[in-house]
Amino acid sequence: MLAALTLVSGVLAVTSRQIFRSAIFLLFSLVGIAGLFFWMQYDFIAAVQIVVYVGGITVLIIFSIFLTQQAGELLPKQKISRQVFAALAVFCGFALTLLQLCRHTFKATTDQPLLPTVSNIGDRMLSTEENGFALPFEVVSILLLAALIGCIVIALRSKPVTV
Amino acid sequence: MMEPGLYHILFISTALFFIGVFGFFTRRNLITMLMSIELVLNSVNLNFIAFNKYLWPHKLDGLFFAVFVIAIAAAEAAVAIAIIINLYRSHQSIDVENAEEMKF
Repeated sequence: MLAALTLVSGVLAVTSRQIFRSAIFLLFSLVGIAGLFFWMQYDFIAAVQIVVYVGGITVLIIFSIFLTQQAGELLPKQKISRQVFAALAVFCGFALTLLQLCRHTFKATTDQPLLPTVSNIGDRMLSTEENGFALPFEVVSILLLAALIGCIVIALRSKPVTV
Repeated sequence: MMEPGLYHILFISTALFFIGVFGFFTRRNLITMLMSIELVLNSVNLNFIAFNKYLWPHKLDGLFFAVFVIAIAAAEAAVAIAIIINLYRSHQSIDVENAEEMKF
């Protein structure tokens, strides 16, 4: 059910010719993925998914649609040859991946599971021992800072051009 | 109806990945291409979480990778939208066909 919601709205998101509708379908698809995370009992990651994707990125995309697009304007129709070739390539890749998937058997470990509770995640995230993720955490924070500064620089530079 | 397991999740994420790739191939609008990239990144997240849950439940590596992918996707979307809006200001259009020269 959740999978059907995710996939159908994903397909509609990439094929809808009204850009605003396709953004809304993208939102439904992301909510479906968050539902799948909930279903797998990874509550924390589902909450992060809802906050960052549904609350952040989709709103950002909708704002940029409002800023750059005349409302109600249809996207131009794509060339049929391009669509056919894209569908062909995608179908071949999909079939190949599914073939590999069906042939391969995965071996699960039998170790004691570590539950993905928030306290476990926090311990792992900031521990500097083995299996700790302190260094990637710092690297990602530097990356986010760089992205922030980059956005500001890009936004500033255009001032002399437009004035 | 059998119990949904790892293979079902992997099937969903494969389908979502190729839906995103299809959108990336066919669309010529920068914002819709960005949306396709978001779909692809989400399918990768789904893969990480599924492998973490079903194959290596004693570690949390997949979960952390998913968290980092989400963070990087957020940064990437912010920068990409800043660039897109800048391009729209200078070109009055966000089709990739109309952005041929690399200066503005």
